Amino acid sequence: MFKTNRRDFLRMAGAAGASAAALPLIGCGEKPKVVVIGGGFGGATAAKYVKWFDPSIDVTMIEPNKQFTTCPFSNLYLGGIRSFDSITHNYEAMANKHGVNVVHDMVTAIDAEKKMVMTKSGGKISYDRLIVSPGIDFRYELTPGYDAEAAEMVPHAWKAGPQTKLLRAQLEAMPDGGVFVMAPPPNPFRCPPGPYERASMVAHYLKTQKPKSKLLILDAKDKFSKFGLFREGWEKHYSDIIEWVPASKDGKVREVDAKNKVAITEFEKHKADVLNFIPAQKAGMIAHQAGLTDQTGWCPVNFQTWESTIHKGIHVIGDAAIATKMPKSGNAANTQAKVCAAAVVDMIKGKTPGTPTTSNTCYSLITPDYGISVTAVYRQTDKGYMGVAGAGGLSPMGEGPKFRALEAKYARGWYANIANDIWG
Amino acid sequence: MTKVGICLAAAFGFGLLASSANAGELMAKPELLASNCFNCHGYNGASAGVIDELDSLPARRIVSKLNDFKDGKKPSTIMGRIAKGYNDAEIEALAKYFGSMGNK
Repeated sequence: MFKTNRRDFLRMAGAAGASAAALPLIGCGEKPKVVVIGGGFGGATAAKYVKWFDPSIDVTMIEPNKQFTTCPFSNLYLGGIRSFDSITHNYEAMANKHGVNVVHDMVTAIDAEKKMVMTKSGGKISYDRLIVSPGIDFRYELTPGYDAEAAEMVPHAWKAGPQTKLLRAQLEAMPDGGVFVMAPPPNPFRCPPGPYERASMVAHYLKTQKPKSKLLILDAKDKFSKFGLFREGWEKHYSDIIEWVPASKDGKVREVDAKNKVAITEFEKHKADVLNFIPAQKAGMIAHQAGLTDQTGWCPVNFQTWESTIHKGIHVIGDAAIATKMPKSGNAANTQAKVCAAAVVDMIKGKTPGTPTTSNTCYSLITPDYGISVTAVYRQTDKGYMGVAGAGGLSPMGEGPKFRALEAKYARGWYANIANDIWG
Repeated sequence: MTKVGICLAAAFGFGLLASSANAGELMAKPELLASNCFNCHGYNGASAGVIDELDSLPARRIVSKLNDFKDGKKPSTIMGRIAKGYNDAEIEALAKYFGSMGNK
């Protein structure tokens, strides 16, 4: 068996590209330093791939937790068809196989002038380039009665981990004949099809374990991702269980009574046995503290390099970034991280990064054997990332069980491979 | 600098690179393009199963497969939708990259 590694390939592809480099920005003797904040889909990919593109760069990834539970496939755990362990990953390969310095600490401040990151334990870590992938935080101020404390009674489960376990425990404790109420957030938010896959997986659990129960979706919107496909699947499998109420029919939850599990809309009070309220969102906290956000609450970036348009030397990727047509998804964060890692390596070497082509693929399960997808190939344009015309799009409507089963199978194949691409 | 200014500067930079160095720099470098396939097809093209691996395919097979997906000659759930987003130069670059990984 003969396999060519990436560097051999580059050699074979010709030395022209490598010799075209302008003068490096970094002085002799000292390794250039890249620091990455966050060990999720964006951050962990970026850390691993800066090393992949150039092993001579010193990479430090700072992440508070030793384990990471993915939001993707957490809905399958909620539906009882996937274990919690199988959606939880660690950073051992990152440190031992890929040569990333993994620091378990919390970043408390970024000094863009001094190019330095400060941590909770008193650490000061300097960088030549910083990649920030902080994910999301919640805009608790928009919904009276809902805050971090209320989330202990009414879980959002929109950051995977203890919140996901809490929601599952409540679902398991719910009586047959009970009502599960979920309230998806307004746009823009992490994982546009996520709430509707969650509804599908909860409905699967109810149908098989507690068939007298109902699932009421009180939506802040009138339309959502994969709208036709979800509604087609629900009609086929959960027509007696799921009721979806759009914003225009008084679906928007304006207030939460967490103690009594009541969702309050303009005209009604909906008493739930389990209430899953998903709040409006903004970029993760450190992005706000470091002044990387604009008036939208998200981070504007240069689309070629993902460098912040506010602070030079700091790149922002993943859910926190304003990525025009790219959705806020784990898969998008993974592909953005690769574009960003390549650009960071080029910029450190004084080279001009190429124009990236990137993509997003997003599977959702409606039943364990019924999958749907949306995909797009994106090119950077002067208006940001735009889908290539004629490419991408949704799974076809009206397909039979064979097609849906294949997509459910590929969804699992995608998860195994992307998890290994990031944490393996 | 305005947004337009940055874009013009970037375009100018590419022009210089294309004439003085490597035309390949006009698009993303091949390994970056290829890494975009890893999220579904596995790190370095080595799939954990279910979805096809890419590290064992000869370059010409990759070109013909992608073009067949693109034209709809080869039925698929999702690859037809994705292949339509890549142009000939990108398909060639991907084929060369994965093809050079050798046959198992």
